[in-house]
Amino acid sequence: MCDQTFLVNVFGSCDKCFKQRALRPVFKKSQQLSYCSTCAEIMATEGLRENETLASLKSEAESLKGKLEEERAKLHDVELHQVAERVEALGQFVMKTRRTLKGHGNKVLCMDWCKDKRRIVSSSQEHAVTMPCTWVMACAYAPSGCAIACGGLDNKCSVYPLTFDKNENMAAKKKSVAMHTNYLSACSFTNSDMQILTASGDGTCALWDVESGQLLQSFHGHGADVLCLDLAPSETGNTFVSGGCDKKAMVWDMRSGQCVQAFETHESDINSVRYYPSGDAFASGSDDATCRLYDLRADREVAIYSKESIIFGASSVDFSLSGRLLFAGYNDYTINVWDVLKGSRVSILFGHENRVSTLRVSPDGTAFCSGSWDHTLRVRDGGRWAF
Amino acid sequence: MAAGPARPPGRPRAQMPHLRKMERVVVSMQDPDQGVKMRSQRLLVTVIPHAVTGRDVVQWLAQKFCVSEEEALHLGAVLVLHGYIYPLRDPRSLVLRPDDTPYRFQTPYFWTSTLWPAAELDYAIYLAKKNIQKQGALVDYEKECYDQLHKKISHAWDLVLMQAREQLRAAKQRRKGDRLVIACQEQTYWLVNRPPPGAPSVLEQGPERGSRTASHVHMTKSADFYKREIEYCRRALGRTRVKSSVCLEAYLSFCGQRGPHDPLVSGCLPSNPWISDDDAYWVMNAPMVAAPTKLRVERWGFSFRELLEDPMGRAQFMDFLGKEFSGENLSFWEACEELRYGAQAQVPTLVDAVYQQFLAPGAARWINIDSRTMERTLEGLRQPHHYVLDDAQLHIYTLMKKDSYPRFLKSDMYRGLLAEAGVLLDTKRRVFPFTRRPRRSSPSPALLPTPVEPTAASGPAGGNGVA
Repeated sequence: MCDQTFLVNVFGSCDKCFKQRALRPVFKKSQQLSYCSTCAEIMATEGLRENETLASLKSEAESLKGKLEEERAKLHDVELHQVAERVEALGQFVMKTRRTLKGHGNKVLCMDWCKDKRRIVSSSQEHAVTMPCTWVMACAYAPSGCAIACGGLDNKCSVYPLTFDKNENMAAKKKSVAMHTNYLSACSFTNSDMQILTASGDGTCALWDVESGQLLQSFHGHGADVLCLDLAPSETGNTFVSGGCDKKAMVWDMRSGQCVQAFETHESDINSVRYYPSGDAFASGSDDATCRLYDLRADREVAIYSKESIIFGASSVDFSLSGRLLFAGYNDYTINVWDVLKGSRVSILFGHENRVSTLRVSPDGTAFCSGSWDHTLRVRDGGRWAF
Repeated sequence: MAAGPARPPGRPRAQMPHLRKMERVVVSMQDPDQGVKMRSQRLLVTVIPHAVTGRDVVQWLAQKFCVSEEEALHLGAVLVLHGYIYPLRDPRSLVLRPDDTPYRFQTPYFWTSTLWPAAELDYAIYLAKKNIQKQGALVDYEKECYDQLHKKISHAWDLVLMQAREQLRAAKQRRKGDRLVIACQEQTYWLVNRPPPGAPSVLEQGPERGSRTASHVHMTKSADFYKREIEYCRRALGRTRVKSSVCLEAYLSFCGQRGPHDPLVSGCLPSNPWISDDDAYWVMNAPMVAAPTKLRVERWGFSFRELLEDPMGRAQFMDFLGKEFSGENLSFWEACEELRYGAQAQVPTLVDAVYQQFLAPGAARWINIDSRTMERTLEGLRQPHHYVLDDAQLHIYTLMKKDSYPRFLKSDMYRGLLAEAGVLLDTKRRVFPFTRRPRRSSPSPALLPTPVEPTAASGPAGGNGVA
């Protein structure tokens, strides 16, 4: 007696080729079918090919990534702090709060300067311009100073023309421009009042025409929520950088929608990205408590700004006018000022009573403003000597 | 503490890296050799072991991280706020005092990363215990919470009271010292997880990220994802890279050149308006002034982009080009910018206007570009879009940058401006620093009528925003 006698063969019409054959049961997507042995074998090998393809693609991607890292490393002949050794140290900085703006009834989430260097727009959990949602996480001033854009948990970016006529209801004049499928995390006008770039929790960025609300270009590539973006100050004005929860910072070509460069060295969500004033590099602030500088021509990370005593994530970063100083607001209520070239911390600023959520240097570089969950905004400056 | 019900999904612990880091600090603080000096603390008649003083905590942090006492105090205060260190004497307020005030390290059982989010049932039991133990022990907001919970979980209230009584009974069997410590630990845990109204909640993380997978563009590791990665890597491998030394040197020269122009690094003359309340600096550097400052004229020499971004600089350059009969180049460039950033609806009109003025054979301001670019551009005009003039614009931009711009910088016109530009003398420090000018808010750009632009072609919100 052998075991093979227990194999029962059903004879009938194959579910695939319909020929009269000896059939055996097969399961395709949890549905039971009866295939003849030829069709069953074909199915088995197909499945094998599919898995092979996926596995081989994955290994090809990994090996290419490895090669890319090698290429990047080949040209890395010196560290920034080594080159910066011959630069004069900045010395002691004294920064003082010059204005404390109290007017928000709740957490300040975002702010932007007007090009006139003196006005600020800020958004919070409750908003002065009546909004349907509670968290307004993004806001931006139009270059002309005549409008603002904001959005948040309503998944939209709306543009409000600014009016000082008390009788006008600002909410009535609002125009919904962008529509995402998840929250809006950041927005910025391009060089004019007529185009807006947005970043969203749905993992995409998008460029919109303000007047018609038309989507001009969308940018796909992030594997998770996109949290921040910044437009490049380059001559050709064609690129922007975005950072997201997938720990990646990606540089995009606005015209083609393609990702031009990507950097993945952070260990946690990237909360903020900002270009270095020359446009050749950008800084990022992340929940891993570090800020990093990435050079676009060298195509790599060139500096890390971190300290053992800094434990909380950096929520917002910005450069001073010359790019020598990097201001970063953190979730432990402090602001750290870094010497970009030497990599050392120049100053730590206290004063806020809750996390610093947003930080921007004024357009003419005379001061910087920080907004916090403690409901206030502080405008600060100072220098290497006390005034 | 009752074993609470299954935790509702909050922000995953992996997304709160700061908690892990704080825990590492606190663990090293408790190291028997290298940690903070422990002592026994006397509280009334009880002696509590393993206590530390606020002062010792601050000094240890200052030494370990090589930071100032102010920063060490802040870091310690943050540890207390998150409940990793609690005060023994005044457990109501999570504040770090840099003196002899005694503190203790929270037991890992109550760490936020082990026991979060806090369960309602547990809070009810805790409040019930306090209420039973000593009438009137509950503070106002606690009483409110207690009543609310009573309404909400009235069906399980017997369980709550039973658990509370049981825990109190078990506690009585402990030594007084242990009882005190456990009470402090528990109180701290609840102060962190259910802060009193007005106190900031340190556990609040803001809007949830990456949680709504339903409406999410989910990048599953499919074949497409890898194909995209491979494509990106191939493109990236073909890119030319620059040596780090070259790139980094560029930063040095950029920062060095711009340093004197950076108010936060070098100050600004006559004074920083935010500090002195004197608008003079802003008035002198307004977009269009009769006499630009020397620093500003210097900046026009830093890069072509810098020159174009300044409305005055651009106007001067336009004048210069006019003298060389090549003003149409700059006008063309401005028109291209207008097309790039303008409204979608305007595209056909703008493209047509540009063609008529600059590109058509025999056009009034015909621009001189090479035949291949011209051909390609004219071809592209059939289907106008924002970027249809990019090639031509780049050609003209490069022409101006490499040819006209260097000549401008060497010209008498520019040199003259540089010489004329007022060099500000250091204003003597005000004798009476307390006299302040009354602060007037500046008029909003939204109210001002659009200023009439001088010779430079008017770009509506194109280029730089003029206040």
